[in-house]
Amino acid sequence: MANPIQEAIAKRAAQELEQGQIVNLGIGIPTLVANYVDHNHVYLHTENGMLGVEDVLEEDIDPNIVNAGKFAVGEAVGASYFDSAASFAMIRGGHVDVAILGVLQVDEHARIANWAVPGKNIIGVGGAMDLLVGARKVIVTTTHTSKDGKSKILKECKYPITSTRSVNTIITDLAVFNYIDGQLHLVELMPGADLETVETNTEATFVNSLK
Amino acid sequence: MKFYNSAEEALECVQSGQTIMVGGFGLVGGPLTLIDTLVELDVNDLTIISNNLGEQGQGLGKLLEQKKVKKAIGSYFTGNRDVGDAFQRGEIDIELLPQGTLAESIRAGGAGIAGYYTKTSFGTDLAKGKETKMFKDEEYVLEEALQADVAIIRAYKADTLGNLVYYKTARNFNPLMATAAKTVIVEVDEIVEAGELKSDEIATPHLFVDRVILAKKVLTKEGVVEHG
Repeated sequence: MANPIQEAIAKRAAQELEQGQIVNLGIGIPTLVANYVDHNHVYLHTENGMLGVEDVLEEDIDPNIVNAGKFAVGEAVGASYFDSAASFAMIRGGHVDVAILGVLQVDEHARIANWAVPGKNIIGVGGAMDLLVGARKVIVTTTHTSKDGKSKILKECKYPITSTRSVNTIITDLAVFNYIDGQLHLVELMPGADLETVETNTEATFVNSLK
Repeated sequence: MKFYNSAEEALECVQSGQTIMVGGFGLVGGPLTLIDTLVELDVNDLTIISNNLGEQGQGLGKLLEQKKVKKAIGSYFTGNRDVGDAFQRGEIDIELLPQGTLAESIRAGGAGIAGYYTKTSFGTDLAKGKETKMFKDEEYVLEEALQADVAIIRAYKADTLGNLVYYKTARNFNPLMATAAKTVIVEVDEIVEAGELKSDEIATPHLFVDRVILAKKVLTKEGVVEHG
């Protein structure tokens, strides 16, 4: 299963969700957010054609009910299925309230890169670009630094951007930032993190808005 | 619409150089029987339109291994490393589309729409070389419809007229592709008499469907299983 750092990020992201919202979860840490939401009050949408996703017990797995990460999921009360064009009409058409996405990099204008690494064989974009243009609110969840310790929150993305749209909230293992009026605002330190560690590990310029 | 006894017979119309749409999101909703037979055919230079290109050495991945694919159009090839490798070696062309654009282009292709504008991908590398246009102060990218010579898809049940219903998330691209190809070949888990499917629940009316076979390969909890 996932490590405690990823679980902590997912748990914090779940706190951003409000009753009655339609929420789309990306692959990776975002998928874990499903473990922390109340399925009676938040409706999970998955791009491959389902609204009303919930967890499934091992013995109840149906191989033909999966989420975007191709993991088995369950059918919530009132769930529905639809084709891929309808699914992306929901996404692009502004009918999804919140998208939670993973990223490779995010910059100080809250633009993200999560679909390509120059020179590497990652040839896939999936629904990321559609979610960025269509979801009313976009939250990104990521570890603050890469495996080699480099900041993922940069002045400018080095990898190709996924959209010109800025995301609304960034949640890492160290901090929570909101993007307001063209600037990143540090609004919260994650449990165990301190300001100095956040400053050292963040290349992007940000405003300290801690209360 | 005609029933066929085998995937081999249903696929005899496929020729080298054709464009083939293949349904499914990974293995889910993929026409597993037809794919495995397509791989055995003596055809090459195919253009494949599908969200993914199978996995390494599996499904459509086999078609790639045998160098029968000239071009792949899809949204997520990350699950099969061979795709990236073949692309780096210059063996195949790739047209990467956002998943919503892939779906909408197929929908348009089946609906008599030549192209459409979408916000998706504006300002990114995937919009390079594409026409853009401003509508109500927002920038949109022109995308063209996709059509194919043959679509191979999976449905849950067909009736004797060729009406189709789908199962859970195995629906995905299948009903769209059923509208956008000259010849539509469907594999189903079950064939029933006309009148047995509820008219309200038919997702693909029979006018879209040309050929139907019974699936011999089925996705189970334990993986793909062969029966019949």
